[in-house]
Amino acid sequence: MSSTLPPFTLDDLRRVLREAAGADEGVDLDGDIRDADFDALGYESLALLETAGRIEREWGITLDDDTLGEARTPGALVDAVNAHLSAARAA
Amino acid sequence: MSARAVVTGLGVVSPNGLGLEEYWRNTLAGRSAVREVTRFDASSYPSRLAGEIDGFEAGEHLPGRLLPQTDRMTRLALVSADWALADAGVEPDDLPDYAAGVITASHSGGFEFGQHELKALWSKGGQYVSAYQSFAWFYAVNSGQISIRNKLRGPSSVVVSDQAGGLDAVAQARRQVRKGTSLVVSGGVDASLCSWGWVAQQAGGRLTTRHDPERAYVPFDAEASGHVPGEGGALLVVEDAEHARRRGAPRVYGEIAGHAATMDPRPGSDRAPGLRRAVELALADAGAAPGDVDVVFADAAAVPELDRIEAETLAEVFGPRGVPVTAPKTMTGRLYSGAAPLDLAAALLALRDGVIPPTVATRPAPSHALDLVTGAPRPARLRTALVLARGQGGFNSALVVRAAED
Amino acid sequence: MSRPDDRRVVITGIGVTAPGAIGTKNFWQLLTDGRTATRRISFFDPSPFRSQIAAEVDFDAELAGLTPQEIRRTDRAAQFAIVTAREAVEDSGLDLGALDPARTGVTIGSAVGATTGLDQEYRTVSDGGRLDVVDGTYAVPHLYNFLVPSSFATEVAWAVGAEGPSTVVSTGCTSGLDAVGYAAEVIRDGLADVMVAGATDAPISPITVACFDAIKATTARNDDPEHASRPFDASRNGFVLGEGCAVFVLERLDHARARGAHVYAEVAGYATRSNAFHMTGLRPDGREMAEAIRVALDEARLDADRVDYVNAHGSGTKQNDRHETAAFKASLGEHAYRTPVSSIKSMVGHSLGAIGSIEIAASALAMEHHVVPPTANLHTPDPECDLDYVPLTARDQLVDAVLSVGSGFGGFQSAVVLARPERSVR
Repeated sequence: MSSTLPPFTLDDLRRVLREAAGADEGVDLDGDIRDADFDALGYESLALLETAGRIEREWGITLDDDTLGEARTPGALVDAVNAHLSAARAA
Repeated sequence: MSARAVVTGLGVVSPNGLGLEEYWRNTLAGRSAVREVTRFDASSYPSRLAGEIDGFEAGEHLPGRLLPQTDRMTRLALVSADWALADAGVEPDDLPDYAAGVITASHSGGFEFGQHELKALWSKGGQYVSAYQSFAWFYAVNSGQISIRNKLRGPSSVVVSDQAGGLDAVAQARRQVRKGTSLVVSGGVDASLCSWGWVAQQAGGRLTTRHDPERAYVPFDAEASGHVPGEGGALLVVEDAEHARRRGAPRVYGEIAGHAATMDPRPGSDRAPGLRRAVELALADAGAAPGDVDVVFADAAAVPELDRIEAETLAEVFGPRGVPVTAPKTMTGRLYSGAAPLDLAAALLALRDGVIPPTVATRPAPSHALDLVTGAPRPARLRTALVLARGQGGFNSALVVRAAED
Repeated sequence: MSRPDDRRVVITGIGVTAPGAIGTKNFWQLLTDGRTATRRISFFDPSPFRSQIAAEVDFDAELAGLTPQEIRRTDRAAQFAIVTAREAVEDSGLDLGALDPARTGVTIGSAVGATTGLDQEYRTVSDGGRLDVVDGTYAVPHLYNFLVPSSFATEVAWAVGAEGPSTVVSTGCTSGLDAVGYAAEVIRDGLADVMVAGATDAPISPITVACFDAIKATTARNDDPEHASRPFDASRNGFVLGEGCAVFVLERLDHARARGAHVYAEVAGYATRSNAFHMTGLRPDGREMAEAIRVALDEARLDADRVDYVNAHGSGTKQNDRHETAAFKASLGEHAYRTPVSSIKSMVGHSLGAIGSIEIAASALAMEHHVVPPTANLHTPDPECDLDYVPLTARDQLVDAVLSVGSGFGGFQSAVVLARPERSVR
């Protein structure tokens, strides 16, 4: 089942962030956010935990605590999720 | 002599009016918001009426980041607090650290949020439960979120004494002002109008099962059959009078002059109910004689036995028909922890404008010997008001407010 | 200058219902033995959850003396409160028949009220989460008592015959400190002679476990439940959920002396502040907790270097233990390094709102016995937690003044100072 899932994209993350934590009025989430720090985007650890929980459910993966702690930008989180997805496909 | 605690700001979110002046206009006009429940399908339940708030768009008032983590009652509370602080002319950023706190009453927490997460848990599994469930439903959430939004670092608390809690919270706010806190955002806002909350409220046995909005919640009426629940409440800025004077507060609505809380004896006891003691202790605390009280905002349970106790208490303390009594909550339904703070707001507005808002729907039973203000608002010279609130489980709370000295 | 005796509030009775220990005596034995009461969850199958550990109370409501009607109408947390209040009153030697009901009140703290009862009832009325419009037909008749936690105060008031000011204080995980602080203020204001005050929580249910899983606040050290609660240890990775209750008889000092009561300690100072920062996050510098500590010490008229023991919040989350270590240094200065600091959550877990009162009980008993309870499971301290946390073994020493602190969701930071009433004050 998971082998047919498409890769996780920045747009996927934008959608999940909006659902999980809303969006700060002062931030253009649709802009170039790949390398922005989550803090600068208005997302603190709790928002990221809720976001990660939703990604885990929707994409059927488990993100460990270190992955979450180390992914400080949307780009890093997208890459980390895709790494988990490829690992799941290979398994 | 400890500091006097005065009310300098009011924020109202009521089924019959969002915002202070709209609420007051509609209340004086006797406009009731009691109607059939629209928030969920109540047609299968014995009780089907509620006082619901229409037209509240949280996104118009609050940042998007707050919405996924808040229950409806917290959103209403945050907006109510914003309005109260604005009404008081307080810029929270201008206050020194620890000078201001938040003390609210709660009843059943963010019950609708809780229902959603319980459903996720039991229908899909634990991993579907929101990270925000760790606080969004719990009783402390309104105080916590209000303190964060407004950067209020002083003493904060939350009390739960069923429907009497709203007055207990304001009394606790006064206590902190007397101990040196400059101001406290206090009161209560509740909203548990969801199917799960409804079933739990029905289990309490005090909801009316009548379906005619005009005749459903009729306290002190021979046909009293229980109450209609509602959502909303009020938050007040309770402030040290000297602090208010120094900063040039735009207005002082009145002083929190006296308070007392008592419990009824345990069931089966032959001891007297505690309401009269609460009234007498609150008057004594305010240094007021019964004759000083110009109006009573009644608890108005609409449960025959409780109506009898309240009416007898008032007759004993003030004499038969000895004081005007009113229950504007007949227009909103009972708002749980928000009910008494809203009554307190109404009492302060009554003092301001010299007019007693009416009780609607009720045809007072003559046996109660009450001077119940019905039909139309009654102009009167008002200086002191008594607000009563009772909660299931035996809670009695009485609070005396006095008009500000000119 | 000292406060007059009619403005001083003392503890004259203690009741404790804790994991691994029903009753105050057993509780103190457990703490001073350094035993842990954390284990794999037995109340339900925890295997679907991330954290599968809890500190559970082996509680039999009937054996504990509750009547069938009390059992029928109450949630587990309320049952704890009734039983524990009775123990406290008995311990105090108060003659309930001689007490003026109007001058006796109740303050019960609880973070999550009847959450376990609500979880079970929701499951029933929603038919396992299938119904959006739930069916109340199958609910317990006393569901309203679960809806509103003030029913806990009612039950305790009925149990002890109190008709004075009574309420529930619900400030998350500082509820147990705030309830005692609230009750002490009620007595000091002259509104009651005696307050039965404490806190109770029984949150070990699927919904609670799931919500703490979601924020990874609880430890997932599932292969070693007995050693899972590790405050201040470098290997700590979250708290262990607990349950329980502690209740006190608080009274005016002159009232206690007039009846020749045994006095455990004076509730000499109390303060609470909010961090106004985040619902679950803590500012690393601990400045609001430090402020609460300073104000509580000031109210107690006690200099920081007179604190003989600090009963820490010590939940065992990474952020908490650093946060409060910083707060102790900021408020106690150099004395923070000299005074023993320990967390009994290492043994009895974190029972949310109840734990603050359970920790006050531990603090009062430390004064009673001149023994500091240890922090169990502390083998390798986090380098950023560099105070004396009393690892593994209880310590005999003079204890005449204790600081007990708590920190909770919502940003609440509270501090209670217990002291001997006969102390010389500054």
